[in-house]
Amino acid sequence: MAVPLVYAALSGFKSTDELSRNPVGLPESWVTSNYTQILGSGDFWRLIGNSTLIAVGTTVLVVAVSALSAFSFARFAFRGREVLFTLFTMGLMFPFAVAALPLFLLLRSLGLLDNPLGVILPQAAFGLPMTIIILRGFFRQIPGELEEAATLDGCSSFGFFWRVLLPMARPALGTVSVLAVVTSWNNFFLPLLVFTDAQWWTLPIGVQQFQGQYSAEYAKVFAYLVLAMVPALAFYSVAERQLVGGLTAGATKG
Amino acid sequence: MTSTFLPDKRTGPDAGLPPPAADPARSRARRRALNWLTATGFQLPALVLFMGLVLLPMLFALYAAFFRWGGFGMPSEYIGGENFTRLFQDEVFLGDLWRCLVLVVLSLVLQLPFALAMAVLLNQRMRGRAVYRMLFFAPYVLSEAITGILFGMIFAPDDGFADQLLGRIGLEGLGGEWFADPSTVMATLFLVMTWKYFGFHMMLYLAGLQAVPRELTEAALIDGAGPWQRFRNVTLPLLAPTLRISVFLSVIGSIQLFDLVWVTTAGGPDHHSETMAVTMFQYGFKRYQVGYASAISVAMFGISLVFALAYQRFVLRRDLEGATTTMRGDGK
Repeated sequence: MAVPLVYAALSGFKSTDELSRNPVGLPESWVTSNYTQILGSGDFWRLIGNSTLIAVGTTVLVVAVSALSAFSFARFAFRGREVLFTLFTMGLMFPFAVAALPLFLLLRSLGLLDNPLGVILPQAAFGLPMTIIILRGFFRQIPGELEEAATLDGCSSFGFFWRVLLPMARPALGTVSVLAVVTSWNNFFLPLLVFTDAQWWTLPIGVQQFQGQYSAEYAKVFAYLVLAMVPALAFYSVAERQLVGGLTAGATKG
Repeated sequence: MTSTFLPDKRTGPDAGLPPPAADPARSRARRRALNWLTATGFQLPALVLFMGLVLLPMLFALYAAFFRWGGFGMPSEYIGGENFTRLFQDEVFLGDLWRCLVLVVLSLVLQLPFALAMAVLLNQRMRGRAVYRMLFFAPYVLSEAITGILFGMIFAPDDGFADQLLGRIGLEGLGGEWFADPSTVMATLFLVMTWKYFGFHMMLYLAGLQAVPRELTEAALIDGAGPWQRFRNVTLPLLAPTLRISVFLSVIGSIQLFDLVWVTTAGGPDHHSETMAVTMFQYGFKRYQVGYASAISVAMFGISLVFALAYQRFVLRRDLEGATTTMRGDGK
């Protein structure tokens, strides 16, 4: 499992020459220039910055909008609720590839190509079903007496949502946020469509372009790949429990 | 300043209570309308986002599939079902269907049992369990693009790690073109898919195993059941809902596979690893046959939908019946 990752990390410390002579073993002399060159270039950091901006934007949007919707699904009995909820759950099955073409045309006509919003908005929209389903499950567990008490104390529905429900649901919000960050960070298809201007590329696009550009310099590409993996793996090691919790909750409750 | 004569709405004794009404039926109707407005008001942002960026594009793809259209302006050349008849004579698309089926079968027969075995193994009390769990799941966190490029280099003919390694241990003959050879490209792709996704299924199974009550396996142990019998007759049936979900996700994933293929082979050599999404992308964004590409989109959606509905009808339905086999309602 870890062999490909270790191999990549070691290869990054070799020169491309050495890599073809000695592909398997430890580096003869540890060459750090591959790594330092990449870290020293502004391009790499801009990719990280773009990916971060888009991940944070997507996450804030999808969690805020889903929380409102899930609150309404979990706490209100209203006409059309089941139909609407079915509509959202069906969204789990909509493959992004199906909507890609018309979405691209729509974004083009809205002038959102080469604009981070062109990625943030669709990502949030496609993230809604999963987020709503998970949050609805959590919101339902919060006892109804609390809402009655809050209402008697003069809380409006939104006041209850904002001041009582959201603070109580913090672990659930953390879980869906972690899921949203990871999904956005790894998205490849949508940024590939939306960003033609290198200024906006995200990390996965940047990696692909770098590999195309330096395809002969294996060691460099390995170093780049390893550095590109670091943020995701670091985030995973910090947020592991919430990520796994979210995936299993999402999968078993779908 | 608050008036001393009129009670302030917010601090007065009536705060939060509806004002007394002369006609109770009318006020009830009003309250219900108000309730509906509040509830749908909370739904509005999600609805706008979902309608505008998910449903509308889907419907438009369905519309555009009936036109010959290059993607500029609005579609105008209506050709009826021609795109669809062309689809089912298109050898590449028929190949996509076949390859999709191959991936589904391979996943169900190899990948998921492997994930299950690892999950059962890691569910035991053993040293370093947490480390193994993290390690196996880590590939799932990496993006498909990065994974694909990494393995593209590992499986590069001659220079790649795989060939070099086989050479070192005296198995040169086994090395080969990997992604570049039509006869091995799907196997290589499947290997990478397994590396990337089996950890996810393993995590699902681990979560499912946690929900299997220890008393049941202990009871079976006392009744003299061996390890295989305990697994076969106690654990497996209780894990069935998780298995069914995992099969569902695996199949849907195979139908929609794009990123991993795009960065490793882009469908090549000569379409031998192409998937439906890749074919759609080729026609829509490279060859400007957007009407035809839309028909591929619609076919993909149709296949996902038919599978999902059938699965829900015949397989998942059982999870809604019977108390012992349902994972629902445990809330964690």
